[in-house]
Amino acid sequence: MTSAVKDEQAPELRGFREVQRLAYDCAEAVAARLTPGVTEREAARMQRDWLRERGVRDWFHLPFAWFGDRTAFAGFKVPLQFFPTNRKLEPGMPFILDMAPVHKGFTADIGYSGCLGLSPLHDKLLADLEVHRELILREVRERRSLREIYEDVERLMIKQGYVNRHRAYPFGVIAHKIDRVAEHRWSPHVFGFGTQSLKGLMSDALHGHRDGWSPLWSPYRFSDHPPQPGLWAVEPHLGFRGTGAKFEEILVVTDSRDPEQSAFWLDDDLPHVRRWAEERVAA
Amino acid sequence: MSLPGARERRVRTGGIELCVAELGDEGRPTIVLVHGYPDSKEVWTDVARQLADHWHVVLYDVRGHGRSTAPAPLRGGFTLEKLTDDFLAVANAVSPDRPVHLVGHDWGSVQSWEFVTVKRTEGRIASFTSMSGPSLDHFGHWIKQRMTRPTPRRVGQLLGQGAKSWYVYMLHTPVLPELAWRGPLGKQWPRILQRLEKVPAGDYPTPSLPDDAAHGAWLYRDNVRARLRRPRTDAYAHVPVQLITPTGDIFLSEKLYDQLELWAPQLVRRSLPGKHWVPRTRPDRIASWISEFVAANEAAREDGRPVQDTAPTGAYADRFGGQLVLVTGAAGGIGRATAFAFAEAGARVVAVDRDAEGAARTAEMARLIGSPAAWGEAVDVSDEQAMEKLAEKVATEYGIVDVLVNNAGIGLSGSFLETTSEDWKNVLDVNLWGVIHGCRIFGKQMAERGQGGHIVNTASAAAYQPSRALPAYSTSKAAVLMLSECLRAELADRSIGVSAICPGIVNTNITATTHFAGAGAAEEKRLQKRTSRLYGLRNYPPERVADAILKAVVRNQAVVPVTPEARGARFLSRFSPGALRGIARLKPPL
Ligand SMILES: NC(=O)c1ccc[n+]([C@@H]2O[C@H](COP(=O)([O-])OP(=O)(O)OC[C@H]3O[C@@H](n4cnc5c(N)ncnc54)[C@H](O)[C@@H]3O)[C@@H](O)[C@H]2O)c1
Repeated sequence: MTSAVKDEQAPELRGFREVQRLAYDCAEAVAARLTPGVTEREAARMQRDWLRERGVRDWFHLPFAWFGDRTAFAGFKVPLQFFPTNRKLEPGMPFILDMAPVHKGFTADIGYSGCLGLSPLHDKLLADLEVHRELILREVRERRSLREIYEDVERLMIKQGYVNRHRAYPFGVIAHKIDRVAEHRWSPHVFGFGTQSLKGLMSDALHGHRDGWSPLWSPYRFSDHPPQPGLWAVEPHLGFRGTGAKFEEILVVTDSRDPEQSAFWLDDDLPHVRRWAEERVAA
Repeated sequence: MSLPGARERRVRTGGIELCVAELGDEGRPTIVLVHGYPDSKEVWTDVARQLADHWHVVLYDVRGHGRSTAPAPLRGGFTLEKLTDDFLAVANAVSPDRPVHLVGHDWGSVQSWEFVTVKRTEGRIASFTSMSGPSLDHFGHWIKQRMTRPTPRRVGQLLGQGAKSWYVYMLHTPVLPELAWRGPLGKQWPRILQRLEKVPAGDYPTPSLPDDAAHGAWLYRDNVRARLRRPRTDAYAHVPVQLITPTGDIFLSEKLYDQLELWAPQLVRRSLPGKHWVPRTRPDRIASWISEFVAANEAAREDGRPVQDTAPTGAYADRFGGQLVLVTGAAGGIGRATAFAFAEAGARVVAVDRDAEGAARTAEMARLIGSPAAWGEAVDVSDEQAMEKLAEKVATEYGIVDVLVNNAGIGLSGSFLETTSEDWKNVLDVNLWGVIHGCRIFGKQMAERGQGGHIVNTASAAAYQPSRALPAYSTSKAAVLMLSECLRAELADRSIGVSAICPGIVNTNITATTHFAGAGAAEEKRLQKRTSRLYGLRNYPPERVADAILKAVVRNQAVVPVTPEARGARFLSRFSPGALRGIARLKPPL
């Protein structure tokens, strides 16, 4: 796959870009339908239905929805708490939709942050994510160790006054590799994760372990290596006193010597990126 | 006349004449202040003067008090119905077209509860701020509830309030109270207020006190027994209510207000350390809470959002709303988390740090989470002159600081023999001198204002846990701990609390900036990184230290070890110092 990602026009990348767009379209469509009283479970179901209607049959993971202080993972101790609950959306509440559909064998994993009604605080968090997207790309291009980049992101969050909430994810990861998934007629889930995708991740983990890298981008020693070529779903997640915000999208890493080609965001036409551009125009 | 600039008029109603004083611009919304027992309108002097800058302020002597005339006969002349007539007469005279904002203290609050719960005042009152005076009807139900279903806790509450109400029984005896007030009690009263209630001496109480007190006994006799026996069942407030509860009130239990939301659905609660006569002892705080509540209600009338929805909701919002809090070292770590916690409680925050950008960022975020105003100030706490200048600026532009948190500090590690005198100077300048400057300069302002306050100093568990790795840092923090204890003793008389906080191992940036004496640049970098990772593994968040700081202020705690290891070391330092000395010899695992 390493040589294939070099060329931005490769049909492979187009497939990933399409499913990522599809997922963000789903997030925007569902977000527009969220009203006071909708529960997390209902919001997760809405995402699932929307994508199923458009041909999604398999998942890297089933859709999540977090409302209110659950966007900042307040009080999360065990992974089960990530699953959608019966919490109801209220006016002024932040929310996050997070889904990872597989479409025609291509996987996306996206995160969409919104708020029901106006919230200057939430706007601030969203705006402050922009520098993280820049920082991650810059340091990946510099081929810094993933662990170091992780620490730099965390330092920046702390400087901004926030808490790093991706630390709450399993292994505290800020990103994980994703890949193509063979299409099977029947693909069951374990704890919300698709078995086909888990299989891919496991085999990456096995290979990586032998060669000294990991498909999980974490704060731990096993991430003390330069970025590994491939597709990384990157998800910096800020938390601030009961409000959380994140984005999640695919970063393409190649073995090219040209810095521009060595790493790039798969797609720059995503809701959060457009939003930043609009804010700059307004300002 | 102790109300300079007041315009006086007399309002006739029900066969008596009320003395009414007005201050401020009549075009502004009107605030009516109602005094208690045994008082006259002069109890409000300081509060009224401050309110008059923004509002049309009206005070009157309740019938039989001050320069208002007394009904004849006295018996039956002080019923709540008649007092309501008086209020309406005053309101109609001073603000015929616009509802007034009502404020009552003690019996002034008791009667105001009647005003805001009867039908005939609807549309004449815009809001009500209540201090130290419950509704007799609510009180009656409160007692009934506890008598009919007497759980041990409820009986305890009944007995508690029963003991605080001793004077109410006394006032029901005939003639004796009048004799006492016109005799020795009337003479001694000002001194009693000064001694027990810490009410500053001055033009209050007025010479009319013995008469006021004698007449006012009929407030009790005409109303208390009747209402407590048959409390009204429809005593629901038809206006937003702000309840201000002094936590040291010897006449009223805070428990009285447990279920007040049932009676006053639009309720905002406030509490402050102080005794019964807060309009005299805490006029600044009272005036600003009244002013904010009036402003919020005026705004709510325009945009239709209920006031209680605009009040901050963080922990201790009742206590810190509107207060001015200054935190040093507020650009990161514990200081920033503390600034945020106060902001969530609705405090105004001054974030001080030598990192200007970080301090400004703290202020910006504080405003987003509930602080009505917040400022970042770039100051080095070890610079005495800069601190003096800061204090002057803060006092003139933002006000006198209510809570000061001396938190800025730096780390220094390394053996004593390798620590240079330059290293010593650096750490003592910030960790000790920074605290001394803060306490001296801002503490002086607090003491001069004479309305209480609180100082928090961030010490450390290292203040009582010796160690070979942190000799200079520990020495600086031990000094901060002792300074706090001494200052606490000195400032207790002035109602200024002092707390020392001893965090323990907290995941902040301090490890990345700690100087390691004796280590070369590269080795220092490695040690900083290594300790940062260790502190990260411990991962105790600064937000929890901030919570402990707010709690320490509310409870006026002297020394607060925060993390379990800090508490464990504190315990050992008292009961098994030998064990601590053993730990002190261990080399840190770096
Ligand atoms: N983190 C811990 O484990 C720990 C443990 C016990 C005590 N403490 C104490 O808590 C306090 C806060 O430390 P932290 O852990 O949040 O560290 P931190 O380094 O994250 O924050 C300290 C802040 O103080 C500021 N500062 C330093 N010197 C200053 C000066 N001269 N003038 C103005 N500002 C200055 C720094 O810029 C920084 O923003 C310190 O007094 C520290 O000694 C910390």
